[in-house]
Amino acid sequence: MYKIEKENLEALFRKIAESQDLILPIKKAGQTNFGLWNEGEEADLDTLKTVKSGKDAFFPQSETLYTCVRDGKKLTVEPEELRSSPFVVFGMKACDVKGMEVLDKVFLADPIDTFYAARRDHGTIVAMACHEPEESCFCKVFGTDAADPAADVAVWMVEGTLYWKAISEKGQALTEAVKDLLTDADASDEAKVSAEKEAIHNIVEQLPYTHLSLEGWDGNATDEKFNSPVWETLYKPCLACGTCTFVCPTCQCYDIKDYDTGHGVKRYRCWDSCMYSDFTMMAHGNNRTSQMQRFRQRFMHKLVYFPANNNGMYSCVGCGRCVEKCPSSLNIVKVIKAFEKHGGEK
Amino acid sequence: MQELITRAKELLADGTVVRVLGWKAGDLSYNPEAAYFETAESLDEFVYNGFCGQNLSKMMIEASKLEGKTLVCLKPCDTYSFNQLIKEHRVDREKAYIIGVGCKGKLNVEKLREMGIKGIKSISGAELTDACEELHISTIYGDKTVAYKEAMLERCHVCKGKEHMIYDEIIGESKDTKDADRFAEVEKIEKMSPEERFAFFQKELSKCIRCNACRNACPACSCRKCVFDSTKFDSAQKANVDSFEEKMFHIIRAFHVAGRCTDCGECSRVCPQGIPLHLFNRKFIKDIDTFYGEYQAGADDQSKGPLTSFTFDDVEPGVVAERG
Repeated sequence: MYKIEKENLEALFRKIAESQDLILPIKKAGQTNFGLWNEGEEADLDTLKTVKSGKDAFFPQSETLYTCVRDGKKLTVEPEELRSSPFVVFGMKACDVKGMEVLDKVFLADPIDTFYAARRDHGTIVAMACHEPEESCFCKVFGTDAADPAADVAVWMVEGTLYWKAISEKGQALTEAVKDLLTDADASDEAKVSAEKEAIHNIVEQLPYTHLSLEGWDGNATDEKFNSPVWETLYKPCLACGTCTFVCPTCQCYDIKDYDTGHGVKRYRCWDSCMYSDFTMMAHGNNRTSQMQRFRQRFMHKLVYFPANNNGMYSCVGCGRCVEKCPSSLNIVKVIKAFEKHGGEK
Repeated sequence: MQELITRAKELLADGTVVRVLGWKAGDLSYNPEAAYFETAESLDEFVYNGFCGQNLSKMMIEASKLEGKTLVCLKPCDTYSFNQLIKEHRVDREKAYIIGVGCKGKLNVEKLREMGIKGIKSISGAELTDACEELHISTIYGDKTVAYKEAMLERCHVCKGKEHMIYDEIIGESKDTKDADRFAEVEKIEKMSPEERFAFFQKELSKCIRCNACRNACPACSCRKCVFDSTKFDSAQKANVDSFEEKMFHIIRAFHVAGRCTDCGECSRVCPQGIPLHLFNRKFIKDIDTFYGEYQAGADDQSKGPLTSFTFDDVEPGVVAERG
């Protein structure tokens, strides 16, 4: 393990940014989100949760896939180039990293999404332990350890010192590249990190959602859950906005559309939301015509369909962003609890 | 709150209403959600406190299509929206039994988070029966006391007053929480140079993630099908590209609700990125006041809006153009 003082982090960022893109939480107009770090940007490692999860670094909210240009009678098609240079994402949390595992299941399974795969190949994730978890967090429910993120490099911020531990080969390579700025950690430092982990575990135990039960939610629950009358009342306050899906680290649905440039077409893809009325719109129409159906789809996907197709893995990681951000105070926790309470009703 | 529940039970029992639209207790101290109650028993979950900020007027558009009357709880500022929706023929007055609920200012948990308060276990001091002067917050990381005002939504600092504009009966005491000038922020922006102003809005609007929460929460955005959701035209804009959000989406929306926006503040309340969207609307309100005389949308359900009526005294368009 290595360490670096907090006041030297700027030098570390500069060093990393010399040779590759560095993406980290940046505060802009009062809100913290992952963004490209440049000299003078306000890096914010104190905010526990960025508004969006940071999945954009691998799966951008909008990206062009190819461009068609018409020039007289000539038509050219220019495919977008795949990511070919390395980059570092610094400051993701354990839940965000777990979110990447979920996205991997989708995008790295056959047929492989080459845009995503190229970014995964070239990206190194430095993830940070959660110093002070909040009441909206419930990562433990999904088997994530907030104190020990499973990334390329894990870091802990303890009393103004950042402790650095390389985990993967990519993490070791990054460590080598910035080694000049790091110092070796000794036994007392190791003890400090252990104490920090224990403190985090203690806090996690006190969080109101930590002991949420997922009993009854699995890949075999389709009929029972799908047909439950509970949805009919649950969805009512839903505004049909896309907030929950866009702040979610695991939501992966996208739409592909053409943008008319006047002399050609840009084919792009952008995040879609199952909350939107044109989601899964097909030539024959839409198979979900009511907001209840759309609302149900989101939670059925995360808690039933996804585990059914991925050896029991849920596509919720308990980051709690939807808990904090839903304008109507709806969220996956309330859904799970509502079924606990009224699940047996027919 | 008990008085509200008792009255709601009476009105359900005597058949005046068939459902109650109010708020249901959440699972944290600050996250109640809007809910319909159809039975006396279900009202056990009813809650009304400082965290019930949502303007339920918009939900009355759907409730107006249901059989029977809906009892709806409206705060003083919500009643402006309801009036405006009557004027636009989007809600049915006959389908609503309006209880004007008392309001002493509504709270924004984001303000508490900005103060560094986290790990919230419980919050007291936010009941309508409380003085609403102080909040006592118990957290995993220690107990905190903050002034109620410090945690209020922006809109409550420019409160339109404690009077309900439309109601069948009133339950609970209200307080005018205004302690700031409604147009102060707008004036500050007007004084900026065009470059500064552009930079200000660009910085704010580039945070937009196009979740459409502002539009979907807005009582003035009540089109059955929004042009930006249309799959038949090129106007469908689902992609989140800064240039569109910075220069088009929010400005188009502000133009579309100009003269109808009551300044209820829902757009800013629901924005997950904390964009002060109300500033656009307030600029329009300020201009309308200047050009056509003071006007408050939703103050009544009859009068013609300044942008939907013509008089010979109307300001010449050239005046606006000259002003830049």
